[in-house]
Amino acid sequence: MFDLSRYKRLGLADLAERALAGERLSAGDGLALFACPDVTALGALAHHRREALHGRKAFWVRNRHLNYTNVCVNRCAFCAYHRDPGQEGGFTLTVREALTKLAADKTPPREIHVVGGCHPGLGLDYFEELLRALKKAYPHAALKCFTAVEIAHFAQLEGITTRQVLQRLQQAGLSMLPGGGAEVFAEAVRTKICPRKIDAQGWLRIHGEAHELGLSTNCTLLFGHLESRADRVDHLLRLREQQDRAGGFTCFIPLPFLTENSRLKVDQPLDGLEELRTIAVSRLLLDNIPHVKAYWVMLGVKQAQAALYFGADDFDGTVMEEKIGHTAGADSEQALARQDIEEMLAGCGLIPVERDALFREVR
Amino acid sequence: MERLAAKILHNGRLDFAEARLLYEQAPLHELARLAHAVRLKKHPEPVVTFVSDRNINYSNVCVCGCRFCAFFRAPGQDGGFLLTREELAQKVEETLALGGTQVLLQGGHHPDLPLSWYEDLLRFLKTYPIHVHAFSPPEIAHFAQVAGLTTAEVIARLKAAGLDSIPGGGAEILVDEVRRKISPRKCGADQWLEIMEQAHAQGLKTTATMMFGHEETPGQRLEHLFALRASQDRSGGYTAFIPWTFQPANTAIPARPLGAVEYLRLLAVSRLVLDNIENIQVSWVTMGPKIAQLALFFGGNDFGSTMIEENVVRAAGVSFRLSREEIRRLVQGAGFTPRQRRMDYTLLENT
Repeated sequence: MFDLSRYKRLGLADLAERALAGERLSAGDGLALFACPDVTALGALAHHRREALHGRKAFWVRNRHLNYTNVCVNRCAFCAYHRDPGQEGGFTLTVREALTKLAADKTPPREIHVVGGCHPGLGLDYFEELLRALKKAYPHAALKCFTAVEIAHFAQLEGITTRQVLQRLQQAGLSMLPGGGAEVFAEAVRTKICPRKIDAQGWLRIHGEAHELGLSTNCTLLFGHLESRADRVDHLLRLREQQDRAGGFTCFIPLPFLTENSRLKVDQPLDGLEELRTIAVSRLLLDNIPHVKAYWVMLGVKQAQAALYFGADDFDGTVMEEKIGHTAGADSEQALARQDIEEMLAGCGLIPVERDALFREVR
Repeated sequence: MERLAAKILHNGRLDFAEARLLYEQAPLHELARLAHAVRLKKHPEPVVTFVSDRNINYSNVCVCGCRFCAFFRAPGQDGGFLLTREELAQKVEETLALGGTQVLLQGGHHPDLPLSWYEDLLRFLKTYPIHVHAFSPPEIAHFAQVAGLTTAEVIARLKAAGLDSIPGGGAEILVDEVRRKISPRKCGADQWLEIMEQAHAQGLKTTATMMFGHEETPGQRLEHLFALRASQDRSGGYTAFIPWTFQPANTAIPARPLGAVEYLRLLAVSRLVLDNIENIQVSWVTMGPKIAQLALFFGGNDFGSTMIEENVVRAAGVSFRLSREEIRRLVQGAGFTPRQRRMDYTLLENT
């Protein structure tokens, strides 16, 4: 079925053969794939890898987002969500308020995704209390909480190491770390878009520490702002190296940058094809990370469906209440119902599989 | 499947069973490869065209009561309208000022308007330097019924009054079993095709559409394509085919809106079956800009219209907007040169 003559004409026969064989690809290969003018030729290679790993399964999770505060000291140029300390519109949930929000959902989540701004006044005891309360109320849910950036911030506030922070949170019920805050590792870009955030080494070190403690984590790439395709490839290869060292990444989440409400002005905003190329190249380069997410909140529901044929295997989930992407201008839905997700995935010609936070199949 | 691929790449005509096999079983990227190869054979130049026009709905009053429609009002119902000459003039002048070359004029099946009203409307529109792409076969059938004339006579009168071409609306699914369920008072499949063929015989070009994802079966979508292909063999006047997915919000048909993959498969199969229709339009209005861009690799070679105004899909809860600059950017991002065209697919200079 796989017609290599198509790749010969594109000058990619050798690369296509290596990709089909599942061989490890180089940075140069990644750039050559990005440059492929026929986007479905690239998509077919990524889909072949995705099918080799997961067949026709399309994963989804009954999950819930919770943002405990939008107050943040970092002032990242791309962020439409944060408020400075003291600025109007800032909020911080009490533990009781957080629980009240979740109690409004009809079905209990299997995964609770908790992230927030780097608040200057919230101590580690607040987060320990939050985790314990969530664990008590939802003993069967995985608590996927706090990006590496937040972990570093907590450590700084408390004057302890990030490893100690992770250990204390783990004792309080933390199951895994989400993949946020990675943005793009390339230093020249990172210092422009999020100068106050931990650098690439810090982000990767904290994930490595989490992996050593037995916490699995996700990882992300924020693309479509000031970075080049080479920066994206560099980012993917740094994730791959880290995964070779410690092996705890479960899912990679490519996040397209939404320009609408951001202070960051972008000359050449993403289009749909560049999103799909980036997802496909990610699948092909990240040979040691099992899952790639089609995050419908940022991609839009229809593009996320297409992404499931460009290397992604996970559709994320019900989400319930998404704020960060929507503040940035996402025009996708706020939440999706279980039945809608399953019918949609089946309509895509895939087999919907409900999973837990660690991608174990449920039911 | 490999034999089918070879047949397609050697310009062989697909039969129904072959189309069905491809539609139901070919891997998505294989469909894309074949549809794109056929598209590049028909249009080797790396160009994607678009038209700048405005959808003007002269009235939403309609006696049909189609179950898929969120736009109409029954005669006498609140919210019905009929555009005045002043409103029409303003819309046409705005269209011209924005670089538009045509208006697409459609309306409900109004029970009270005589044929002379439409003739006057066309004569008025043709006082402007603008292409009038107007009505649809069900409207023409309705006019004929009200006037007691044949549809060929109605077409001749409308053409004499200035009608330039006919849009392919009201096709829905060209299978009577489906039409009886979703739009029982609209003309049947044979009459739809007959009216288009009469128009072609009188020298008018038309397009053809398909609305899918409501109460039809996948096989009936293919029947629609084969009916169009046979019609084009007979009369040869279809310039383009435009499939789009049913948008169920605010309508009387409960359905799950079809997704991107379902749309792309149908689009690709359309390109493969309709070997005698030159142009396949992508539908950014229903699919959004990202999937429309991807659809340029699934057989599509035309980005449709800038849609200075669009009301019908919007009434069903979907409202994507794209400027001409944005369309150009999306087409360029896909590696093609955007060119503004006319209804007959001739290109404008300096676009």
